[in-house]
Amino acid sequence: MEASRRNFLKATLVLGGGLCLEFSFPLAAKTAAQAAPTEVSAWILIHPDDRVVVRIARSEMGQGTFTALAQLVAEELDCDWDRVSAEFASPNESLRRNRPWGPMLTGGSLGVRSSQDYVRRAGGAARAMLVAAAAARWQVDAAACSVERGVIRHAASKRSLRYGEVAAEAARLAPPSEVKLHEPKDWKIAGKSQHRFDIPDKVLGKPVFGVDAALPGMVHASIAQCPVFGGRLERVDSSAVDQLRGVKKVVRAGDFVAVIADSWWRADQALQKLKIEWDFGEYATASDASIMAMLREGLADDKLPQAKKSGDGASALASAARTLQAEYFSPYINHATMEPQTCTAWFKNDGTLELWTSTQDGEASLATAAKTAGLPPEKVEVHKMMLGGGFGRRGGSQDFVVQGVTIARALPGVPVKLMWSRAEDMQHGFYRPASLVRMTAGLDAEGRLIAMHSVIACPSILKVLMPEAMKTPIDFTAVRTLSDMPYNVPHQQVDYAQRNGHVPVGFWRAPGQQNAYYRECFIDEVAHATGKDPLALRLELLAPGDKNRAVLEAAAWAAAWSKPAAAGRHRGIAVSDGFGSYTAMVIEVSVSAKGEVKVHRAILAIDSGHVVNPDTCRAQAEGNIAFMLGATFHQENTVKDGRIVESNFHQFHLLGLGEMPQVEVLLVPSGGFWGGHGEPGALCVAPALCNAIFAATGRRIRSLPLKHHELRPA
Amino acid sequence: MLKLNINGRPHQVDVEADTPLLWVLRDQLQLLGTKYGCGVGECGACTVHVDGEATRSCITPVSAVLGKKVRTIEGLAGKKALHPVQRAWIAHEVPQCGYCQPGMIMAAAALLEKNPKPSAAQIDAAMDNLCRCGTHQRVREAMAALASGEPSGGGRHGS
Ligand code: FES
Ligand code: FES
Repeated sequence: MEASRRNFLKATLVLGGGLCLEFSFPLAAKTAAQAAPTEVSAWILIHPDDRVVVRIARSEMGQGTFTALAQLVAEELDCDWDRVSAEFASPNESLRRNRPWGPMLTGGSLGVRSSQDYVRRAGGAARAMLVAAAAARWQVDAAACSVERGVIRHAASKRSLRYGEVAAEAARLAPPSEVKLHEPKDWKIAGKSQHRFDIPDKVLGKPVFGVDAALPGMVHASIAQCPVFGGRLERVDSSAVDQLRGVKKVVRAGDFVAVIADSWWRADQALQKLKIEWDFGEYATASDASIMAMLREGLADDKLPQAKKSGDGASALASAARTLQAEYFSPYINHATMEPQTCTAWFKNDGTLELWTSTQDGEASLATAAKTAGLPPEKVEVHKMMLGGGFGRRGGSQDFVVQGVTIARALPGVPVKLMWSRAEDMQHGFYRPASLVRMTAGLDAEGRLIAMHSVIACPSILKVLMPEAMKTPIDFTAVRTLSDMPYNVPHQQVDYAQRNGHVPVGFWRAPGQQNAYYRECFIDEVAHATGKDPLALRLELLAPGDKNRAVLEAAAWAAAWSKPAAAGRHRGIAVSDGFGSYTAMVIEVSVSAKGEVKVHRAILAIDSGHVVNPDTCRAQAEGNIAFMLGATFHQENTVKDGRIVESNFHQFHLLGLGEMPQVEVLLVPSGGFWGGHGEPGALCVAPALCNAIFAATGRRIRSLPLKHHELRPA
Repeated sequence: MLKLNINGRPHQVDVEADTPLLWVLRDQLQLLGTKYGCGVGECGACTVHVDGEATRSCITPVSAVLGKKVRTIEGLAGKKALHPVQRAWIAHEVPQCGYCQPGMIMAAAALLEKNPKPSAAQIDAAMDNLCRCGTHQRVREAMAALASGEPSGGGRHGS
């Protein structure tokens, strides 16, 4: 272990040392006598003792962006990594300073890839300013100075200055108009596995999450929302709770009621005692059957808009020597972040509003809070907390902020912490859309795939969450992976039936990923029908040089695909690009006569162009695989009487520790582009697993979860 | 007033006797490391030690721990050094979002206190805490390192 790492570990292993996170709870008074750092630029603060604080605009939900972005800044700053920490940029300051940090939205595996360029430039610009400041002090040419780990040297005169010594002068200089970035091959801080900043605090149980907000005089709220989506609150009889110990207030709003009390437990106990009458609205009879009928009607519609047409489209099927057709289905699935939705809001006596929340988009939280409160945005501040999981739940949908602000407005001057119960969280999500897809393949006389027609019936996420982004009847998140197949099939057509239903849908880790399951299982069906090896068929359909080929080959190589699997074991393969990266997976299973599926290995090859923190990327791959195995085996949210049936983890199983396969991750960055890691690893799990189950049993699984096929993890 | 012993310190709280320990810890005593995940004993995010036993505090009425010793994540580390499980968790970079991890760590520490060298199967069976982020592989790696008595410092960053 190199010296710098040892120092880091030493620092973090001593209790109370090396804590990198600073959350601004008024209770946690900062130690006085801390010399203030200099803001060299909006991104970079430097203390007199050379400690560097990097401001991070994106949220941290365990994906590692908080650290990876700091690595990119520090890389170009040429500072001492052991002295770097990070803090979140303030949404309010962003507003007042004209967004110096760019967008705060954290989703789509975009955190690193869409900000890498400007954060690296910020690091490089600050470096140039620090060097210029030193050169000016020495009255030498800046070009004659060099920098190593935060120390500026002028070799000719053998002089040196530390960053902390010139930060104040540097801050007064104009940033350079041009910055030359380091070549990735020369990276010293980026491209290496660095310890994540947020881990020590999390291991110590420090109060870093939204639910950990703790303010003087704070009270707690528990909420009940109309069980049927689209319904309204009719009336509440609160006489049974008004006098209960600790209860402060019952708040009635359009589609929810909340109780505020001096502890969450008392609030929630009182909530259970309320007599609530709901107007369930027009969807009170919706069910799985009515949703399936809606999707099926979509497939039958003969006037659907086309998301893609190439060659002769579907009409080429008429000339095919042989056709194959299959229908696949995926259910609604909740994000089920371990930390339920939460928002602490405080209408302060000076007319401002402060929020503490777990959000994937600090700016959206601020705008939502301002709108709900009827305040100018400048009067609102959002303290971004660590997220206890995000997966897309806490970005586009800011329902928890609307509620938190609405509830706190009932007690001006008092901070109110809203936390949803697990049942509320399970039953009021923005679910991965349920979808039904029919695919038809046309083969020529030699068995070559010449035509493919897909009809997709799927609710539109954009329609629900960002209608302004829907410029055409096509929601790209509903058709991707089928509409942009890398496979060379001369005649293609994809039709989209937007069938929305009443269940709110949202961006669920790797939105549109169901299509990877459909496509990659269907390609497997084609391989089987034509007597081809599933890997060979895919390679045959991919153009030379397509990056999908390289990841397929890497995963197949690691799995020794060309050799038979061990006795009783069977393999499935899948490939899919998405979120800027290319991924392929081989899963190896054995299946008992009783339907117990032992997943022995899952091998993921991923090409993200560049890799900033390899260990974090591996962690994301492992996490994606556990997340998706849980979904594929167990998870669905079903609908009865208009409402979600499942209320807690006993009806919504996560993957157990013993059900986890050995995961092998092959990071194969080929350079020249920037892909994501938070989601791509999810794409191939369901198809590789189902293809392996087919190899083992001859059973083609065309609907999920597997529990409905008498298959469960061993 | 109920008298509690938490992390070796006496506390007095004025709550109904059936209040779950979890909410006494979080809302009365501001020991926020222990987490709510499900409230029904399913997830383990609220795991604490009661007289050394891993216990789900969300379904444990505070009256059940009177006269007993409660230990939370805040009391796991010693004065000068982290608990070996915490060290292993850092070395293996186990947490992702980290929300389930205090419970996971408390469950791990309780298991190792009883059985310092659990087998892989015993670890899988004993650690039934839920993790949404999917830290499974690293929980196993860190536990295997602890069970083998290997100094945990090596971890993921050996290179
Ligand atoms: S919160 Fe106690 S087991 Fe889930
Ligand atoms: S680390 Fe996020 S739930 Fe376990």
